[in-house]
Amino acid sequence: MSKIMTMCDAVARFVPRGSSVVMGAALESLIPFAAGHEIIRRQVRDLTLIGPISDTLFDQLIGAGCVRKVIAAWVGNVSAGLGHNYRRACEQGIPHRLEVSDHSNFTVSLALLAGGLGAPYIPTYSLLGTDIPGTNPGFRQSISPFGGEKILLVPSLQPDVAILHVQRSDENGNAHAWGSLGISEEAALASQRIIIVAEEIVPHQIIVSDPNRVLAPSFKVCAVVHEPGGAHPSPVQGYYNRDHEYYHEYHRTTRTVEGNAEWMGQWVADVKDRAGYLQKLGEERRQGLQLKEHRYAAPVDYGY
Amino acid sequence: MPRLWIMDTEMDYTPQEIMVAAAAREIRDGEIVFTGMRLPLIAFALAKQMHAPNAVGLFECGLVRDTPAPEPLYTMADPPNIAGALWATRMINMMGLLQRGAVDLGFIGGAELDRFGNLNTSYLGNPESPKTKLPGSGGAADIAGLSRRFVVIMAHEKRRLVERVDYITSPGFGDGQGWRERVGLRQGGPSAIITTLCVLGFASSTGEAVLRSYHPGQSVASVRAETGWDLRVAEDVHETESPTAEELTIIRRYDPQGFWTR
Repeated sequence: MSKIMTMCDAVARFVPRGSSVVMGAALESLIPFAAGHEIIRRQVRDLTLIGPISDTLFDQLIGAGCVRKVIAAWVGNVSAGLGHNYRRACEQGIPHRLEVSDHSNFTVSLALLAGGLGAPYIPTYSLLGTDIPGTNPGFRQSISPFGGEKILLVPSLQPDVAILHVQRSDENGNAHAWGSLGISEEAALASQRIIIVAEEIVPHQIIVSDPNRVLAPSFKVCAVVHEPGGAHPSPVQGYYNRDHEYYHEYHRTTRTVEGNAEWMGQWVADVKDRAGYLQKLGEERRQGLQLKEHRYAAPVDYGY
Repeated sequence: MPRLWIMDTEMDYTPQEIMVAAAAREIRDGEIVFTGMRLPLIAFALAKQMHAPNAVGLFECGLVRDTPAPEPLYTMADPPNIAGALWATRMINMMGLLQRGAVDLGFIGGAELDRFGNLNTSYLGNPESPKTKLPGSGGAADIAGLSRRFVVIMAHEKRRLVERVDYITSPGFGDGQGWRERVGLRQGGPSAIITTLCVLGFASSTGEAVLRSYHPGQSVASVRAETGWDLRVAEDVHETESPTAEELTIIRRYDPQGFWTR
């Protein structure tokens, strides 16, 4: 059964107001910016965003007023540092106040790992001695029943939906992803459902020819969106490189509320969809991000 | 990192370049290094080519490398860092290696640092209504808590090097020697703070930062004047070794546009 649909339909059906959403699970690569921009265009409100670092995607959603709560290790701009919208929301309540549950990269991975395992929590030694448990009331300090040492209990997270950008998928959501994956697998397994955003839709046979490269079981996938260029400005291994300058432009433009409105209009509100965004980006700029060379992996033999 | 000054010496280099060279010297051959972002990415590449050819780099996005990336990197997940990696995997495997005790050295950055090497990258002021909301931990709290030792790279300004941080994102020695053990951390702590002006080490008896070396053009007095507490000075304090011409060549090869080091 094909689960192919447009980004517009996928967001309308599976990211309703008040959803908890994991995005940016792969860290600096494979960030589903196209999905985030559709959420902004549809003015979906009261979202809880969950992720390790999201680069500028969370900052954009916060600045657009879509977010009620952030559960993350880091929110900013990897190229330029601080995220102006995140700062404005936390410091001045612009566009409105934000609830923040602080994590580290490790603890947000553990929370989603626990969610995917159906376990209530996972213990760690990380964050002992820090003030992070003080700004995330979900954590519990405890004592190991085995060794008697201090531990931190990280409660599980089971988000409503994980939005994951991948290199290729079949139309049923059997998806191949490669490169560094961050917490993509944990996010997929912890969430109730998965939206796959793929650079390419390929025949089922291509996917099952290499089952080790599959990200998650397709029975959890509710929608497959074919969105080439959908991760720009973040990179997709084997498809395009990172647009560093775009992050700096964002940083400069969004320094003020007015600048942010201008940026949002230009890159989100005034473009209809990702195809329109890429057209606006222009052929020359896209050429500059193309691969300089291919580096194919050696085939593996699944014979028996 | 801000561009504070260019040093007026026989060989021109920036504070960031001497920081990279100093950071590379913290990496010993054969070590497993949790490589952070920005300057440490270049320091790892430099150390690999100079004195630590057998060092292995871990990147929290889920990468292990034993060779520098073939091209300059802006982020650890840039495609050149994945090409030719020893392992491309999940972040939790990197963090598992860290918690399991496999990581000798980790690099982190800091916005605010105190005399016991605690770092704040979360909130300036009261977290309930912060004066400044900083981006947060990322992996820094994990690296500071779980690596065998860690090194901080940061800009040296009086408002950043403070008596006591507002919020501990990444734990140093807390309020002094014995604190880490008391809160349940099993090992580690900061071994060096590399700033735009100097290198700080830590006194093992107190867990307090001491001035180990000042960069050329600086002095004990100038560093102390830019530090927000009464900074102690090591008995053998000296000038930081300048980067050699060979080191500068390598640094500039990895940052040809000077994006991080100019």
